[in-house]
Amino acid sequence: MSAKSPSLLDSFKTSDNEALSIRARLCEVDTSMRGPAVLFLVSAVLWLLLGTFFALIASIKIHSPYFAGSIEEFTFGRVRTVHLNAMIYGWGTNVILAIAPWIMGRLCRTRIRHTSILITAGIFYNIGVTIGVIGILLGDMQGVEWLEMPTYATPLIAIAFCLAGVWVVLAFRWRQSNHIYVSQWYILAAFFWLPWLYTVAQIMILFIPAPGVVQSLTNWWFAHNVLGLWLTPIALATAYYLIPKVLGRPIHSYYLSLVGFWSLAFFYNWAGVHHLIGGPVPAWVISAGVVASVMMVIPVIVTAVNHHMTVVGLHKEGWASPTIRFIVFGALNYTAVSLIGSTMALRSVNEVTHFTHFTVGHSHHGVYGFFTMIMFGGVYYMLPRILEREWPSAFLIRTHWWMCVSGIILMVAALSVGGWIQGVQLNALVESDGVVVPAYTFAEVTQNINWTLVLRSLSGVLLTIGHIAFAINIFWMLGSKPTAGLSKATLLTESEEGVS
Amino acid sequence: MKSLPLLFLGIFFTIAFSWTGIILSSYVQLGDLEPTSTQLVNAEGDPISGIYYTEEGSKRQFVGTTQPGEDVFPLAAVGSAKRGQQVYEQMGCLYCHSQQVRREGFGSDFERNWGKRQSVARDYIFQERVMLGTMRTGPDLTNVGTRYTELWQHQHLFMPESINDWSIMPPFAFLYKVQEIGSRGPSSEAIEALSSWNIPEGHEVIPTQRANDLVAYLMSLNQNYELPEMKFSE
Repeated sequence: MSAKSPSLLDSFKTSDNEALSIRARLCEVDTSMRGPAVLFLVSAVLWLLLGTFFALIASIKIHSPYFAGSIEEFTFGRVRTVHLNAMIYGWGTNVILAIAPWIMGRLCRTRIRHTSILITAGIFYNIGVTIGVIGILLGDMQGVEWLEMPTYATPLIAIAFCLAGVWVVLAFRWRQSNHIYVSQWYILAAFFWLPWLYTVAQIMILFIPAPGVVQSLTNWWFAHNVLGLWLTPIALATAYYLIPKVLGRPIHSYYLSLVGFWSLAFFYNWAGVHHLIGGPVPAWVISAGVVASVMMVIPVIVTAVNHHMTVVGLHKEGWASPTIRFIVFGALNYTAVSLIGSTMALRSVNEVTHFTHFTVGHSHHGVYGFFTMIMFGGVYYMLPRILEREWPSAFLIRTHWWMCVSGIILMVAALSVGGWIQGVQLNALVESDGVVVPAYTFAEVTQNINWTLVLRSLSGVLLTIGHIAFAINIFWMLGSKPTAGLSKATLLTESEEGVS
Repeated sequence: MKSLPLLFLGIFFTIAFSWTGIILSSYVQLGDLEPTSTQLVNAEGDPISGIYYTEEGSKRQFVGTTQPGEDVFPLAAVGSAKRGQQVYEQMGCLYCHSQQVRREGFGSDFERNWGKRQSVARDYIFQERVMLGTMRTGPDLTNVGTRYTELWQHQHLFMPESINDWSIMPPFAFLYKVQEIGSRGPSSEAIEALSSWNIPEGHEVIPTQRANDLVAYLMSLNQNYELPEMKFSE
């Protein structure tokens, strides 16, 4: 944030007229965003609960396959896919559509126009995702990872993405601030990239299928870019907006954020092909994907330095704030997961981790440990301002925090260890009687890692408790009366005021 | 960075660049692959060892044509096997089984007898839905059609645990009907039940259409042929 823009701390000092007028405008933004943000947030939380439920079933089924094994709709392939779609499209995208337009509106410093576009998008979108998920469950699933929804649901989703994109461009067009902040670049870019990605992937894979493995290339170009060009930019935009905002300190370096943005835009685009290493696609495409994945180190380190330098020295204040706790945890995981991801793209490492649970752990590390945690932080900051009421229970926030943190650490650890063992044992060879044979039979590998899958289910229970706490807090808050005037923010530890 | 058009141009360029690079160029490179015989011949009808390209004007063309009278590969799935591919999709088999053999020395695909050669792009040209897969919670299925009998597939699908007690594959018994044996004796479609299934006395297990299609599809998974660009490993 530029030095001029107010932190919440500044905003409390009523002596400053300029700050007061900006604060009034922010208030106006918050009020006008109430409708769409609540619509998207409530949808997001309901999807989160549904996705968690299916995640738990899928996780149990993978070590106990006869659990609900006689019901076709609950076979592993369907349950797992409903989980993924409910999380990425249901939870992830809805929460983005709640938070990103609000940040955009605030940074544009203008009254929010045309919220009806957002509401229309929200209605189309959630109807589309609901039809899609039911379609998957009933067996109209498409065998394309991340694009399993049947084609009678996806046009609705594509329309919603386009509407949301149009809204963001309109908001940006009417901005009243002279300065464009890094969060605005990320949001503008993400809302442009997603409709393009989604439409192209739908057409080239489902409507007019490309021949042969071009489908697979399109598939991973799309699926990895949903992470890289949709979830990641929005999570980074949220971190870039809220870390300085809550801590009352401008972001460390404007130039670093510029480098971080463009290098991400340039390299992340190409990284998806690393999902096809060793596969029947042109070697040069894979090499390009490996190079891009390794080059991702640049935006990651740059962003890490920028975020860390902003937070440094304010850890105590940050710990008191639910927003900062979740966001800093997410930002740390962004660095970790991205560096691990770059390593996994190296052919020699990929030989071990490809086709194993290590990849599953890695994707949860990214989508949950990084993206979802930052979104939780964003919700903790946004909702009190939009509803003009405080979080009803610090206990529930604390429960949410500890359950999610322990759950995701356990899950990533279990799957990484299990996946690594799986990969090493699948590849290990021994020579017996002059013939080279696998050192472990497939049966042995399957049995040897079973305990890690049981631990994963345990982590799922922890996450489920956390999500229920989060949902109760939100619905409790929605049902409570607005707090008159300024109330004290709900903090997790006794600390200075004005941090939330 | 204040200029909206410049910002927008950059945003557009980055995604257009990756789309062109990853997808469009692969399309150009692989889009016109056709089935071929194992051995190609030159204009004189003499066998040549592989694929050659020649520059003819601006167009790159094959030298070498399919040998007359030889079978060409890959084969397209038809009928039951083609319907079976949809069952494979709908059951989500893709999430635990890959369909690609990696090159010798990269992983243990060869040593596990998952294939005698690496999979190449040409192998997939007739597949309506290419399901290379990203997980090997279960074994690779590229050549599963060469490894088991239809009966084995049916029995395994019905209850994987009854064949491999360590298996974590979900059962697909819901694709089968357990019915009383009629007065005219056992049905010819019935599959041999295993004792661990505990099928009641006087009952038989009949595969549904979907089970038969799925097994037909699995039996059709076969890259056990040589292509000009990829021969069997020694």
